[in-house]
Amino acid sequence: MADLIYRVNMAELSFKIEEVPSKWMGLGGRGLTSTIVAEEVDPECHPLGPNNKLVFAPGLLSGTSASNSGRNSAGAKSPLTGGIKESNVGGTSAGIFSKLGIKALIIEGLPKGENTFYQLHVTKNNVEFIPVPELVGKDNYAVLDAMMAKYDKKVAVMSIGRIGEMRMNIANISVKDPSGKLRSHGRGGLGAVMGSKKIKCITVDAADYKEVTIADPEKFKEASKIFTKALQENPISGQGLPAFGTNVLVNILNEAGGLPTRNFRAGNWEHAENICGETMAENIKARGGKTTHGCHAGCVIQCSQVYNDKEGKYLTSGFEYETIWALGAHLGIQDLDLIAKMDGLMDDLGVDSIETSVVLGLAVDAGILAYGDGAKAYELLSHDIPTGTPIGRILGAGTHILGKTFGLVRVPTVKGQGIPAYEPRAVKGQGITYATTPMGADHTAGYAVATNILNSGGHVDPLKKEGQVELARNLQIATAAVDSTGMCIFVAFAALDDAKCLPALVDMINARFGCALTIDDVVNLGKTILKREHEFNIKAGLNSADDRLPEFMKYETLPPHNVVWDFTGEEIDEFWNF
Amino acid sequence: MHVIVKLFAQYRESRFKAEQREYDIGTTAQTVIDTLELESVSPLGVLMVNGRHVAPSYILQEGDEIALFPKVGGG
Repeated sequence: MADLIYRVNMAELSFKIEEVPSKWMGLGGRGLTSTIVAEEVDPECHPLGPNNKLVFAPGLLSGTSASNSGRNSAGAKSPLTGGIKESNVGGTSAGIFSKLGIKALIIEGLPKGENTFYQLHVTKNNVEFIPVPELVGKDNYAVLDAMMAKYDKKVAVMSIGRIGEMRMNIANISVKDPSGKLRSHGRGGLGAVMGSKKIKCITVDAADYKEVTIADPEKFKEASKIFTKALQENPISGQGLPAFGTNVLVNILNEAGGLPTRNFRAGNWEHAENICGETMAENIKARGGKTTHGCHAGCVIQCSQVYNDKEGKYLTSGFEYETIWALGAHLGIQDLDLIAKMDGLMDDLGVDSIETSVVLGLAVDAGILAYGDGAKAYELLSHDIPTGTPIGRILGAGTHILGKTFGLVRVPTVKGQGIPAYEPRAVKGQGITYATTPMGADHTAGYAVATNILNSGGHVDPLKKEGQVELARNLQIATAAVDSTGMCIFVAFAALDDAKCLPALVDMINARFGCALTIDDVVNLGKTILKREHEFNIKAGLNSADDRLPEFMKYETLPPHNVVWDFTGEEIDEFWNF
Repeated sequence: MHVIVKLFAQYRESRFKAEQREYDIGTTAQTVIDTLELESVSPLGVLMVNGRHVAPSYILQEGDEIALFPKVGGG
């Protein structure tokens, strides 16, 4: 049976099931969420008002046996950036959406009652609206426990905590992973959009699903085998990521002078060894955690991990470089265990661990806490933000608003979103991505670090301007396409260095749907998505002046390489000439 | 001459994190990699000297800090 669109109206507490319009047929994941947002959401609307829509869409290959295909996209107009947002996640939701035959879930409108929060329970051909007063004021794990007690253990759960209920810009949408822990639609404040629609959680029932249909199973199997082999044989996705996780990057960025330290005042940190991936891996081995762990079924890379405390008790999983960087070098916490505890707490609270940690680091400049004061940072995170004290509300509004509130000049944001983990002056290709991506400063949108620092897909000197605009453009186009397939972005390491990987990915799409796409078609899809998102942003009032890095990076020299951000506006705007 | 050698990720196993070592004048980065048999563990990913990416043919100078990483990634 063909996939369908489930459309929910929160004003009426009603739903419709629609056929997929032919123009949306070839789209999935980010391609579909961004297209729906661009076609149906007024770019001038208030992101928390009745005219914004929250859209979920699994990738084109989600629900199949293809390795690493379990990413689900969420899209809306972002309350953080004021532009279009797509944020994708592992966990169990993508596969279950696909197996139920749901191509997209579109949530419109706001309920009339101000004080009622709902659970949406999605099953084959039905959506129930269940008031959940007992869950109001609860965070994610309490919601998960309640849903696990109510339904089959395989039920997909997407939820918000107290911070999402309060519609703070740092709120994310959390998704249950295969081990019952949490993954996040992290960036851009999508949890605030869900909170504005008075949705505490969405459950998707897996009890009665059908496997997705494959047009040409033999061809699919063959392509899938080649694809999986490419991921396993690539030294990054096959060895490096499983052994050390993404946190292996601490030492590399530190060596390269690209580890933003003390709110982007230096490119290396004297305490990097305390928080690096090698130290993390040693702790995990000594304490009985897991160095390998997948965020979704079918992941063969296993970059996640389970990190325990000294007593062997669970602290966190999905412990990522960007979070560790922000609480470490940026905010100054040297104790990896405290960083892990805060990471685990951020999962439960349902906040973007990048935006939250970047804003806490900026709070040092605001005089709210001292550099390295982990105890105060923990208090702000565990008390002020989730209870909504005045200072908690200001922090919860994100980096840009904290900067405005305290009259700060050195505010590391683009389009209102906090800059993560890679110093733009010393990793210039990544700086171009931060400046130009329609998402606001987002490292995953076009990961030029791969080619600037990691020698993946060749090498472009990170400290020079030459080649960076083209690099960032090509990567952003490719990423927009990959984000539409349901694939984890880490397949890009194999795709950049192994000529067999990308054709196998396209072959799987063709075998799944019985179509005949070429690699050029997929690249063109990436271009179309990116331009569609850019056009939405322009209509929303974001223009080329918003495609810029913070001004201080132009006149403050960054040690150790003593570099500044030296691109002119015209040079950056070249990005959009494609 | 004195050179500080820094090893990362899998290259540290059964070796060291950072050491000051003696090399003859004219030694290349490739010689350091070969002497330590790093590529028997994993192919070389990133080679930096004093925080700059260099080619394996780079000739080391007194006081250089050489950093060696296998193929690793993240994001």
